[in-house]
Formats: sequence, C-alpha cells, structure tokens
Amino acid sequence: MTIQITQADYAALLAHARAELPNEACGLLAGQADGTVRRIQKIYCLTNTDHSPEHFSLDPREQLAAVKDMRANGLQPLGNFHSHPASPARPSAEDIRLAYDANASYLILSLAGEAPVLKGFRIAGGAAEAVEMLVV
Amino acid sequence: MKITIAGDKKEYPEGLTVAQLIALEQVETPEYVTVSLNDDFVAGGTFEATVLQEGDSVEFLYFMGGGAA
Repeated sequence: MTIQITQADYAALLAHARAELPNEACGLLAGQADGTVRRIQKIYCLTNTDHSPEHFSLDPREQLAAVKDMRANGLQPLGNFHSHPASPARPSAEDIRLAYDANASYLILSLAGEAPVLKGFRIAGGAAEAVEMLVV
Repeated sequence: MKITIAGDKKEYPEGLTVAQLIALEQVETPEYVTVSLNDDFVAGGTFEATVLQEGDSVEFLYFMGGGAA
C-alpha cells in the first residue's frame, strides 16, 4: 500500500504538530482509496483531549463533525495521524493496543530529530506494518 | 421505522434499542465505539435503555487515541 499526501497537507500537518508542542497533535485523514493507493485530499486537525506530550485522544465531537464533512464532500475516511514530539515515528505499544480500526491508515510524525519524519502504518492484529509514504 | 445510519437510511423494527442496533449492524469492537444520536452522544451505560425513534440519525465513531510512551 502507498499513502500519498500533498505538500500543502503535509505542511499543515507539520504546522499543527509544531503548534501543539510540547503535546502530541492529532487529527483525521480523508481522501480516496484506489486499489493499493490512498490519496489524502483533506486533513482535519483535531483537539488532543489528553493535552499530553505522551498520549492523544481525538475529541469525539470534532471527530463527528469531520466525518460529516467527509461525507458531504464525497471523501472517504482514510485514517488518522498523530505526532511524537520526542520519540521516533513508529507506533508505540499503546498506539498498537488502541488501534481498533484495521482498515485505517495510521500516520506518525516525529519531531524528535532536527528534521521532521513522517511515516505511515497499517495496524491490525496487534502488529504494525510500515507502508510507503509519499509527499507529492 | 426509518433510521439514518452513517448517512444511509435503513428500515428497522419499532422499539429498537441502540444496543440492538449495534448488534444488527455488526459493529466491530463495540466496547470502543462512541454512538451519537441526533448529534448528541449516548452515554456508555445506556445503550440498552435508549430506544430509537422514527427519523433518528445515528453515527458510530471509533475511539482513536494512543501514545508515545
């Protein structure tokens, strides 16, 4: 599987993550799935109700509004993203344990190094598998 | 009666509860699903007592969270 995100959406995601420091930032991804390619066409920057540098939970009311917006705009829900302010871009044990939707794509943006690192994953059956991530 | 589920109108028997709807819709891992009914969230312990009405609109939302720890 390949996940494509536009430069503009990547920039928005990065800006949201930096604005939320030192806490984790999070949000939803929407777009189109075409075979093994998922094209992100809109990101939704949501509130991390945990307000924590090590945990995140999407605000369910904002989540509901985002889902309705996706439907109104003919977009498919593709998954979610969150940031790791001080750790690598890989799913933690908690990320894996709380990934209930096997059909979702999970993006993690690490701000731990000098340059941000964005990676995509599929998480199912208690295991995470990296997928190709393209910024186009 | 007609109920809208995630934007799709469907026909269901009268007197259906949220808990019964979750079972009928075969919602996966329902313990981690939040239910909204006409844009209000249904409290977790009240699914069996919440009876749906004609024209209701229901959404199932997966809890999404995690952590870096």
